[in-house]
Amino acid sequence: MILNRRQILLLLPAAAVAWDSVLADNPEGSPNYKMSEHWWGMLIDITKCIGCGSCVRACEMENDVPEGYFRTWVERYHVSDWHIENPEVDSPNGGMDGFPPGKAEGGKNFFVPKMCNHCVDSPCSQVCPVGATFHTPDGVVLVDYDYCLGCRYCIQACPYGCRFFHPKKHTADKCTLCYHRITKGLTTACCEACPTGARQLADLKNPNDPIHAFLKTHSVQVLKPHLATGSKLFYNSLDGSVR
Amino acid sequence: MEGFMYPNEVELQWGILIVLYPFLTGLVAGAFILASLERVFRVEEVKPTYRLSLLTALAFLIVAPLPLQLHLGHPERSLEMYLTPHRSSAMAMFGFVYLWYLMAVLVVEIWLDYRRDIVRLAESSRGVKGLLYRALTLGSYNISPAALRIDDRVGWIITLIGIPSAFLLHGYVGFIFGSVKANPWWSTPLMPVVFLFSAMVSGIALVLLMYMVTSAMRRVAVDMRCLDTIAKYLFYTFVIDFALEMLDLIHRIYESDESFRSLDFMVHTRLFYSQILIQIFLGTLAPLALLSLTQMITFPAAARRRIYAIASVLTLVGIFAMRWNVVIGGQLFSKSFLGYTTYKVGFVTREGLLPAVALMILPFAILYVLIKILPPWQEESPFVAEAHGDD
Repeated sequence: MILNRRQILLLLPAAAVAWDSVLADNPEGSPNYKMSEHWWGMLIDITKCIGCGSCVRACEMENDVPEGYFRTWVERYHVSDWHIENPEVDSPNGGMDGFPPGKAEGGKNFFVPKMCNHCVDSPCSQVCPVGATFHTPDGVVLVDYDYCLGCRYCIQACPYGCRFFHPKKHTADKCTLCYHRITKGLTTACCEACPTGARQLADLKNPNDPIHAFLKTHSVQVLKPHLATGSKLFYNSLDGSVR
Repeated sequence: MEGFMYPNEVELQWGILIVLYPFLTGLVAGAFILASLERVFRVEEVKPTYRLSLLTALAFLIVAPLPLQLHLGHPERSLEMYLTPHRSSAMAMFGFVYLWYLMAVLVVEIWLDYRRDIVRLAESSRGVKGLLYRALTLGSYNISPAALRIDDRVGWIITLIGIPSAFLLHGYVGFIFGSVKANPWWSTPLMPVVFLFSAMVSGIALVLLMYMVTSAMRRVAVDMRCLDTIAKYLFYTFVIDFALEMLDLIHRIYESDESFRSLDFMVHTRLFYSQILIQIFLGTLAPLALLSLTQMITFPAAARRRIYAIASVLTLVGIFAMRWNVVIGGQLFSKSFLGYTTYKVGFVTREGLLPAVALMILPFAILYVLIKILPPWQEESPFVAEAHGDD
C-alpha cells in the first residue's frame, strides 16, 4: 500500500495516540488493541533451533539487558545413549555468541531456548510481597519497576531461573514477552530474529493462530510439568533430559 | 561454578544478612517462649530470667528487620509491604505478624510487668531520667494493689496470646522458605516446625548464657535451680529439634527424588564444613552429649555452669550454621540439578561481613540500654519485696 502525503498526515495523530498509550503502560488505550482479546504464549520448536544465538542478541538489544544477565538464553544438551538423567549442558554467555564445536561421538545434541514461561499460576507473582510482579489480562507476567522492593523472593521462587536482579534498577527483571511490541501488533524481538522460525509468538485466544493446528498434530510439552505452574511456553519435541 | 547453572543463577541472591534474619527472629521467639514458661505455666524456677528473657526478646526483635532493610534493592519502598500488601505472599504477611508481635505482645507485656517500677522511678528520678520514666508511665500512676492485680491478669492473658504469636513469628519465617516449591532444599512442610524448634533451642541457649554472663558481671551468685531447669528445657527442645531434622534427612535419603543426588553432593562438598562438621557434630551432637551428661550424672555446681556455658555457645553456633545451611545452601545448587555455584561473602560491602557483625552486636547494645532503663534484676529492685507482699 502506498500512502500519499494527505493519508500520512491523517494517520499521524492516530499513531501518536497509540504510542502515548503504550508508553503510559496502557495498551488497552491504544487503538486496535484489546487486552481481553488476547492470551499470549510461545511455541518453541526444538527441532528447528540451530543455536545461533540471534534471539539472545536481539533480546539484549531490544530490551537493553545488562551484560551477564539474560531475559532469554539458549542451552545446548548432549545426551549419550540412555543416560537421560545425566545430560551434559552448556550455555556459554547464554548462547549469545553461538556455541563452540560440540561432541561428535555418539548420543544426541540439541539446543533448548529458554525464557520466562509466563505461567498462569506463576510462583513469582504469588510470592511478591507488594504485587509488583503481576499478570496482565492478556496473559503476560510483568514487573512494575517503580514498585518492586528488590527483595528477590521472586527470583528464588522461579523454578526456571528466568529472573535476575537488575544491577542498575535494583529491582527484579525478566522477559516481558516484548509487551511494548506485541501490543502494537508486532512479534517479539527473539521471534523476529530467529532465522529458522524455532520461536513463534502464539495468541491462544485467536482461533486463527497457527498454534492451534500445531498443538493438535505434535507432541508438545512444557518445562517441569510436575510443578504445575501453568507454563505457556510450549516446546515441540522436548527431550526428557531437559531441565 | 561447577557443572551447569542457568545463566541467571550464578549470582547468589540472599547472602549473610538473610542468614542473620531468621537467626535473630529465632532468638526472639525462643527467649519469649522461655519467659512464658514462668508466666503461664508457673515454672517458678525460671523466674530469675523472666524479665531478662523479655528484654532480650525485645532487643533482638528491634534489630530483626534491619538486615532485611539493608538487603532490599529499594529500602525506601519497604513500607509498601504494609500499605499495599500482596495477600498471597508469605513475606508480605510476615510484616504484620512482626508488628503484631512487637506492638501487641512484647511491648505491652514488658510495660505491664514494669509498670510499678516505672511509676516509682518516675516519682523518684529527676532531670532527663525523670522525664523518660514519666513518659514511660503513659500518664498512668495508679499502682494500687487493685490496679496491679489487673496488670497481672492482663499480662497473663497477653502472654497466653504471646505464645502462639511467638510460634507464628518463627513458624512463619520457616514457611517463607518451606513454601518455595522451586527449591527442593527448602520446600518441605517440616521447615516451619524445624525453624520453630531450632528457634526455641537458640533462644533458650541465649538466655541461659546471658543470665550467666550478667550474673558474673554483677558479681552475684547464679541461681543453680534456675540454671538446671533452663538446661533441662534446652535439652528437651534440642532433642525434638534434632529428631525433626534427622527425620527430614532420613526422608530425603530414603525417597531420593530427582534433586537428591545434587543435594547429596552439595552436602558432602560445599556444605561439608558448615553442615556436617559445624551444624551436626559441633553444634548439635556435642551440646546434646554435654547436656545429656548433666541429666545423668550429678556434677558439682561449678562444673555444671561450665558445661552449660559451653553447651549454650555450641548450640548458638550450631543454630547459626543451620540458618546458614538453609539460606546459603539453598542457593548453591542449580535448579537444573546439574551444577553448583559458590558464595563469597564480602567484607565492607552493603551485604558483607562487617554489617552482619555490626547487626549481631547491635541487639546486645540495645539490651544494655534496656537493662539500664528497666533493670530486670529482681533482687536489686527496691520494690520487689513489696510486690511479692502484694501477691
